[in-house]
Amino acid sequence: MAPSRLPMWRRISQIFFLVLFLALLIFTSLRPSAGATGDIHLRAPVRLFFEWDPLVALANALASHALYRGLLWSLVILLPTLFLGRFFCGWICPMGTLQHFVGSRPSEAKRGKQRIESNRYKRWQTGKYVVLLAGLVAACFGSAAIGWLDPFSLLVRSFGLGLLPAFNFAVRSLLAPLEHSHVAALKATGETLHTVLQYTVLDFRQPHFAQGLVLGLLFLAILAASLRVTRLWCRAICPLGALLGAVSRWSILGLHKDPATCNNCNRCLLHCQGGDDPIGGVPWRKPECLMCMNCVGSCPHESLQFKFFRNEKEVVSPDLGRRRTLTGLAAGAAVVPLMRANTGLGKSRHERLLRPPGALDESDFLSRCIRCGECMKVCPNTALHPTFEEAGIEGLWSPTLVPRIGYCEPSCVLCSEVCPTGAIWQITPKDKGWVVGVGQQAQPIRLGTAFYDRGRCLPWAMATDCIVCEEWCPVSPKAIYVQEAQVVDSAGNIKTLKQPRIDPSRCVGCGACEYACPLQERPAVYVTSIGESRSPASQILLNRK
Amino acid sequence: MAGETEKQTGANQAQPPALTRREAMLQLLRLGGVAAGAGGAALWLSEHSFRPVPAHAEQARRDHRTATDPQFPHLVVVQGGEPRALVQRALQDLGGMRRFVGHQDVVVIKPNIAWDRTPEQAANTNPEVVAEVIRQCWGAGAKRVIVTDVSCNEPRRCFHRSGIEAAARAEGAEVILPDPELYREVDLGGVVLKTWPVFIPFLEADKVINLPIAKHHSLIGATLGMKNWYGILGGQRNRLHQSIHQSLVDLAGFMLPTVTLMDCYRILLRNGPTGGSLEDVATKKTMVAGTDPVALDAYVAKAWWNLDPEHLPYLGMAAARGLGIVDYDKLPVKFSQLS
Repeated sequence: MAPSRLPMWRRISQIFFLVLFLALLIFTSLRPSAGATGDIHLRAPVRLFFEWDPLVALANALASHALYRGLLWSLVILLPTLFLGRFFCGWICPMGTLQHFVGSRPSEAKRGKQRIESNRYKRWQTGKYVVLLAGLVAACFGSAAIGWLDPFSLLVRSFGLGLLPAFNFAVRSLLAPLEHSHVAALKATGETLHTVLQYTVLDFRQPHFAQGLVLGLLFLAILAASLRVTRLWCRAICPLGALLGAVSRWSILGLHKDPATCNNCNRCLLHCQGGDDPIGGVPWRKPECLMCMNCVGSCPHESLQFKFFRNEKEVVSPDLGRRRTLTGLAAGAAVVPLMRANTGLGKSRHERLLRPPGALDESDFLSRCIRCGECMKVCPNTALHPTFEEAGIEGLWSPTLVPRIGYCEPSCVLCSEVCPTGAIWQITPKDKGWVVGVGQQAQPIRLGTAFYDRGRCLPWAMATDCIVCEEWCPVSPKAIYVQEAQVVDSAGNIKTLKQPRIDPSRCVGCGACEYACPLQERPAVYVTSIGESRSPASQILLNRK
Repeated sequence: MAGETEKQTGANQAQPPALTRREAMLQLLRLGGVAAGAGGAALWLSEHSFRPVPAHAEQARRDHRTATDPQFPHLVVVQGGEPRALVQRALQDLGGMRRFVGHQDVVVIKPNIAWDRTPEQAANTNPEVVAEVIRQCWGAGAKRVIVTDVSCNEPRRCFHRSGIEAAARAEGAEVILPDPELYREVDLGGVVLKTWPVFIPFLEADKVINLPIAKHHSLIGATLGMKNWYGILGGQRNRLHQSIHQSLVDLAGFMLPTVTLMDCYRILLRNGPTGGSLEDVATKKTMVAGTDPVALDAYVAKAWWNLDPEHLPYLGMAAARGLGIVDYDKLPVKFSQLS
């Protein structure tokens, strides 16, 4: 019999889904279709991998007692896993694929015997179940913090906010000397390459994100770790892998070991991805196996095979033990109350925490936001950035608008379209009510309210004409109104100029004024979160028009 | 001691024979070459150490003006028609597009595409006006017709939702979005505007057609034809308001268009230049066009906002600089009424 072709098919599947993932991530950006007009929507199903993610669905269900649009699709992965085991980790998951690829590179730390030893089951592989339990208990307490470690959140956050912007910068830097070359042929080549890349992988503008460096380096560190221990992330940390491992205990497909032909040559261990003991003499560990089929492909005696309805000794449970189970439950039960005992949520909210339009009130927001960074990736003004401490420790890497870098575009709702969990509830430009369907709904969505720093404002403090803020104010009637005033300049001349003021009942907190202010590094007009429509407890006025 | 000497002797014995003279020379030559190279490079580099200063900007006044012709009016006003018909009649009254655009010309059309608004909200030039001007340019034998602007709001959204991208592509024009890398530092030669980054397509055109839309503006009352030139600049444009009249004149003195067609099909009467509410918009079904940018702005300011030239000091300043005539009554003006 020829060697098994299954590893080859697995590789094809892995490459397909990795490319699909990257393509969808790159298309998580504003790319209006040529020739059309009207509202702008994303055409590619960019949320696909999150909708397939049973962990996101389960956390969302536990925290919100409902399932947000699209998350029902996670059954597409969950139900087959019940029957077949963790095929998703070995065949589909792009995070697994990257680990797999890097882990297969030759390494000093993994040679021959060491490699075999490192691929035997280790007790620390139960770490991921502890993470899963803690995350699910946290979800019950109303925090979607498990998103810090969900593999797709991790991928989108690291690629979207760190690695892709870096790639973008590198490509542009390499193209620049070509495009500015005096040699016509080089110049033409550079320009053609630029155009082609612009339509495919490059961003329209070089994006920059707060903490992009940290997020990128964290991801590279995880990849580097798999050079030492194959799929360290998948084996020890990944809560999605843990969930799929836990539900695969009843699966009807499993590894059949033929003790008659096995001579314990250990070859199956050389390329084992899961650390699930495919070797003869010990029971196979079902929840650890990623179904990568490497053992089947590398067994010289064909004594390993995946079969339905076998009757063999195997370890079906995650081998967690009472103590570790309790550790996980206790960690989850302790961490959310502790984080909420801190200031942050509810008390002493950060004045600059400006959530995207459509975001739910803070407690509902944190119960849903998985910090995936899709909203930040798609924002055409790169106005959304991962928080560091603005949303408290619990809100780490959740989105906040930074108007100095980019304001909220008045008719744009792309962040609400990509949000997989409903933390930013899907809205239409009309719901937003800034420039589409003005006057047709009772209240527009507000992100906060703008205020003047009269000590820095040109017409207020420096006897100089300006009111660029008023020009940019997107609502009608404008929330910024001007009043003529007579001021004296340094030479003693009396000048008449227009001084801007805010009408808080009209301001929607988009940040366009702050963005356009010529005093760029500390604008003389700035938006704070008071008056945001999502939060009834954070209002200024008794009655807003 | 004795043991040590013995060891040394042993080591000497194990050494290979000494280098030949030839090998030693080659080794010296190689080292000498590297040393000379390093020294030469260091000398050369040390002579090229200058404090970084911006490259000398080119003085590049763009004068695309069309010579006046006694046969044709300097200013035409067409009323009572749909956008395409208004453009057709206005150009016809001015002597036809062939008067302005020649065979094999590269024409850059500059509509106002500054804001993320729909055509009904009248914050950007009407897409039908743009489309008709493109068609006329092709009819006059243009080689390339380019439509571009440096938007204020996110350009992809502005070009899309204004309808101008779709309309321009349908007529076969090139649509160029403001790429941050496509600017060149240029000496505008103005009083307040010296060296500024200008969007390159405007610098490389044979003919430039200005297609502004008439809108309300809080700082000066109205944003008209000359204000449209803010949209050729990159850089920190938000400083221009500090000396808005002088910067308008400086820009108008740098970029002199082939012809200007001011879209007054819909005008924004309040809350300009962004608008947003349909209550701010008035439908005037008018096109004002001409070769005198000063007279054009003066006429439209008076017609829709009742603003006299003394309210708009930039008009007088522009006239003093020889860019046109404020008193449009003294010019040959032609009024036409469509149906």
